[in-house]
Amino acid sequence: MALPGDSTVASRRPKPAPRAGDGEAGVPVTRQVTHQVRTEEDLLAVRHAVRAATVEVGFGIVDQTRVVTAASELARNAYVHGGGGSLTIEQVRGPAGRGLRLVVKDDGPGIADLDTALTDGFTTGAGLGHGLGGARRLMDEFTVHTGAGQGTVVVATRWTVR
Amino acid sequence: MTQPRPVGVPILRLGDVLVTGLLNELDDRAAIAFTEELTARISAEGARGVLIDISRLEIIDSFVARTLMELTTVSRLLGARVIVAGMRPPVAITLVELGIELVGVETALNPEQGLAALGWRQAQEPLGGSRRGAAR
Repeated sequence: MALPGDSTVASRRPKPAPRAGDGEAGVPVTRQVTHQVRTEEDLLAVRHAVRAATVEVGFGIVDQTRVVTAASELARNAYVHGGGGSLTIEQVRGPAGRGLRLVVKDDGPGIADLDTALTDGFTTGAGLGHGLGGARRLMDEFTVHTGAGQGTVVVATRWTVR
Repeated sequence: MTQPRPVGVPILRLGDVLVTGLLNELDDRAAIAFTEELTARISAEGARGVLIDISRLEIIDSFVARTLMELTTVSRLLGARVIVAGMRPPVAITLVELGIELVGVETALNPEQGLAALGWRQAQEPLGGSRRGAAR
């Protein structure tokens, strides 16, 4: 699926479940809701929705906090760098248990140098530069599809059982 | 443009210490407004210490972390020491995993310990309590 110039980085901690973003045929999605990320208010609404979904899926309080924080980073990236986009919350069922998958899309300029963008401390905006790399550490699976002029899609999953 | 929602609790003054807190719904505009209000109060009232209760924050992402770090630095430049108190344990765990150590931000387990660090002590017995006169 990679186009010339397409840049993809997967998590360093791949899990036995099928890789996110590469066709989800093997992982049933039991529930899916898409939220727009166009305003500051949307960022707050997305956080609430992700929090509610983590509770529904059965995450403990620390995992809830991890997933909501990752969602906040990714949604803010889409809002600030991507000029707005969407965040889809998918409740998924893997071989070992339930999970939550976040699909964050924007039609922004894309990330020209993904490896650098994943480096701690690198920022082009108002954050601390920990957004993308930090979100990756908070999730079990993490895939980025991007490239200059192509927009960005981040697919990030966390499982209740690891 | 809508008005920024209030994100802080009212700023109280206890002697030369300002006591306030952050609410969960912190967005860009509200964060800027909060920083401006707090620094104006530090300057106007000659505050030497600031206690910020963050026990209501369910998450701290890199944006909120940056706000806290900037607030601390600006306050220090104005001569006030900031203590951030009451971080929830899951928030602390997540921050470390994010790679954010809140460098330069002094913390306390809870507001009481934060206030103690800023020079306030819990009274040993109620001031003006009836026991005082009667027992001694």
